[in-house]
Amino acid sequence: MKAAVIQFPGSNCDMDMMHALKDFKVDATLVSHNETDLSDYDAIFLPGGFSFGDYLRSGAIARFSPIMEAVKQADEAGKRIVGICNGFQILTEAGLLPGQLMQNEHPGFICDEVKMEVTNPDTKFSRDYQTSEITLPVAHGEGRYYADQATIDSLEKNHQIVFKYQTNVNGSTDDIAGITNQKGNVLGMMPHPERAIEAILGNTDGRKLFESILDN
Amino acid sequence: MYFGRVYVSYKKSVLDPQGEVIKSGLTHMGFEKIESVKQGKYFEIKFAATDMENAKQELVKMIEALLINANTETYRYDLKELGD
Repeated sequence: MKAAVIQFPGSNCDMDMMHALKDFKVDATLVSHNETDLSDYDAIFLPGGFSFGDYLRSGAIARFSPIMEAVKQADEAGKRIVGICNGFQILTEAGLLPGQLMQNEHPGFICDEVKMEVTNPDTKFSRDYQTSEITLPVAHGEGRYYADQATIDSLEKNHQIVFKYQTNVNGSTDDIAGITNQKGNVLGMMPHPERAIEAILGNTDGRKLFESILDN
Repeated sequence: MYFGRVYVSYKKSVLDPQGEVIKSGLTHMGFEKIESVKQGKYFEIKFAATDMENAKQELVKMIEALLINANTETYRYDLKELGD
């Protein structure tokens, strides 16, 4: 599988994502946000960080980067697109996923590990999980998922909610930690699976997400 | 040249943690009669347009395309023509 990891000004989990993908023998390339073509790649990863300094709203400026047209084309082609943390914020601002990520309910940046439930184990991103309870690192100040009730109802009905927090650390509507689009090819999540792939670092619960993506 | 002032605030249903913290700060300072505080955003935009109607349309387009996220935010604006 050929994967692109998009580098925006202010991305800071890009190298972690590269490290994780290479651990799974994925042919991964860093691609600048100024590029306009992603047709060579099978999967696109938007990493965490603070693209464009989170100016205006997190993800609001990154959506105008030239690469985002190519990301939209990749979506239209049904390719897998994964937005982690700031990547999730960018995907919502770009309209590739519904809702918005807002400031945590309780003031402050959360850097912790949280227990989560794999609420839909039948997605392209979660199908290898054998257990419904996993633990993943989170690191965000603006991770409170918000959408109106009609959107939440539609997410529930279409089984688009992939991960829910067991303890709602940021006040997200319906405990939502990660969702897909309706077609099921785009995933956005606040927790960091790429930081949980090595036993030596204490957590390997992110591995099944990468295995699910690779498992065609 | 036209001058628009745009005031962005959260919809009523949306929690504003910054507003809550500011309210708590003000209360600690002795301003005990505060019912609520909401923090918003304010923009000043100078731009050229053919006439007032065109300026209004352009400003609303700018606001809805970028300045707000319609999921959670609402806005009002005022607009005037600048003299030479």
